[in-house]
Amino acid sequence: MISTLFYTTKQGIVNIFKNKWFSLASVATISACLFLFGVFYTIILNFQNIVKTAEEGVSITVFFDEGTTEERMAEIKELIAKRAEVRQIDFISADEAWESFKDEYLGEYQDGFTENPLADSANFEIYLNDVSMQGALVTYLESVPNIRQVNRSEVTANTLSGFNLLISYISAGIIVILLAVSVFLISNTVTIGISVRKEEIGIMKYIGATDFFVRAPFVIEGMIIGALGAAIPLTAIYILYAKVVEFLGERFSVLTGIMTFLPIEVVFENLLPISIGIGVGIGFFGSFTTVRRHLKV
Amino acid sequence: MALERRRKKQKQKAEDVVILDHVSKAYSTGAPALDNVSLRVKKGEFVFIVGDSGSGKSTLIKLLLKELNPTSGTIIVNGQDLGRLRRRKIPKFRRGLGIVFQDFRLLKDRNVYENVAFAQRVIQAPIRDMRKAVPAVLSLVGLAGKYKAKPRELSGGEQQRVALARALVNHPSLILADEPTGNLDPKNTKEIMKLLEDINDRGATIIMVTHNREVVNEMKKRVITMKKGVIVSDEKEGEYLDD
Repeated sequence: MISTLFYTTKQGIVNIFKNKWFSLASVATISACLFLFGVFYTIILNFQNIVKTAEEGVSITVFFDEGTTEERMAEIKELIAKRAEVRQIDFISADEAWESFKDEYLGEYQDGFTENPLADSANFEIYLNDVSMQGALVTYLESVPNIRQVNRSEVTANTLSGFNLLISYISAGIIVILLAVSVFLISNTVTIGISVRKEEIGIMKYIGATDFFVRAPFVIEGMIIGALGAAIPLTAIYILYAKVVEFLGERFSVLTGIMTFLPIEVVFENLLPISIGIGVGIGFFGSFTTVRRHLKV
Repeated sequence: MALERRRKKQKQKAEDVVILDHVSKAYSTGAPALDNVSLRVKKGEFVFIVGDSGSGKSTLIKLLLKELNPTSGTIIVNGQDLGRLRRRKIPKFRRGLGIVFQDFRLLKDRNVYENVAFAQRVIQAPIRDMRKAVPAVLSLVGLAGKYKAKPRELSGGEQQRVALARALVNHPSLILADEPTGNLDPKNTKEIMKLLEDINDRGATIIMVTHNREVVNEMKKRVITMKKGVIVSDEKEGEYLDD
């Protein structure tokens, strides 16, 4: 059994070199498809990250009725924090609000004030899990006693959540189309490669080879080709990604604040297993099913 | 008396390597390829099957290999009822047969040794057994010195000897040869027939489909003549009949 396993693996590797044009064509097809897939995946992931970062900056500000005690404010904070929409809630005291205002707007003229003009401006800054939930939360906040005013950024929230949804739909569409094209192209290439060796499969079957014995070298060959077809675009994307990020950073330095690119490690966390899975999987199933057609001798 | 008769029948059955009982084979188009054929081949026999193209010879070989299933009737090969043989058991069944084709059917990219060893690999023979069996069978067919050659470097006769070595290496009890001399010149034909005769003398049963009149008439073996899917004659020391 071990010698059979060793033999079939060896045959699989030998076949790759023996049919080098077929192997090259297969690797190139898989590489091209997975490269496109990888590029789209990387762009989409970064887009989503940019949108998410922008979303995280969106906040709701809550002001209280005059004379609301600190105990009551703590109660309200606890109520709000329990809501599913809320990611983070920060308390800004009246003094902190005045300090921030002074620094931002008054500069050298701030010394003229002896009392805090924003004495009733203690507030909560609420950050959301998902901007699309803003409307529901605002309605709730407006119903809570002692809350005087709720400030929100409706336009930004709607635009961002809509944009994010659009990107998700487009990306899902592109990825599905790319995968379908990959499977079609690759199974076609594998079919042509195996049809050439139909005679060889027939001889093996006449001699009394089991389906496993006939199939194993082809499947191993398919899996190695698939793995190579995944490794090449992954390497290319790894190298190109750093260069593109560097280029965009230099060329569009104005946008540095808006465009925050993910580190390559984060992109590869999913891209690496998905690409290898698709490559090896297509190699496996492509050769497995194509050989099956020729096994009925 | 009845017991004795049953024993005799059982003994006879054990001696029969091939039994065809009222076998018919019809393809989806045209006339039947085999029409109600019955025959028995005993262990150690050398049988020629002759007939024109379309007489049903090749269909018969395909049925014996279980490449095809009969439309009706029973086929027993090496004690195995092929009608009851499951698909996954076919490889094991075929390992008990040695098969030789007109077009040799060698693996073109492998050398002589590997082509013969392939039949041993298929049955998962241990490597050390393979290292003994392959050279032994190659010297039997006179190709010990050419074990490294690729099929394209060999003559037709040599290629057929490799195919014969591959068919013999697992010591099959039955050899099915489909026009084994069809692509050979008279000299090589003679050599292959001599080899087949030697193998037969060692106890193997041989069923050979052929068109070659000289070979059949020279060998003085059993000859089954087929015409339009029917056996028209079955002679013990027969000759190639004219139409």
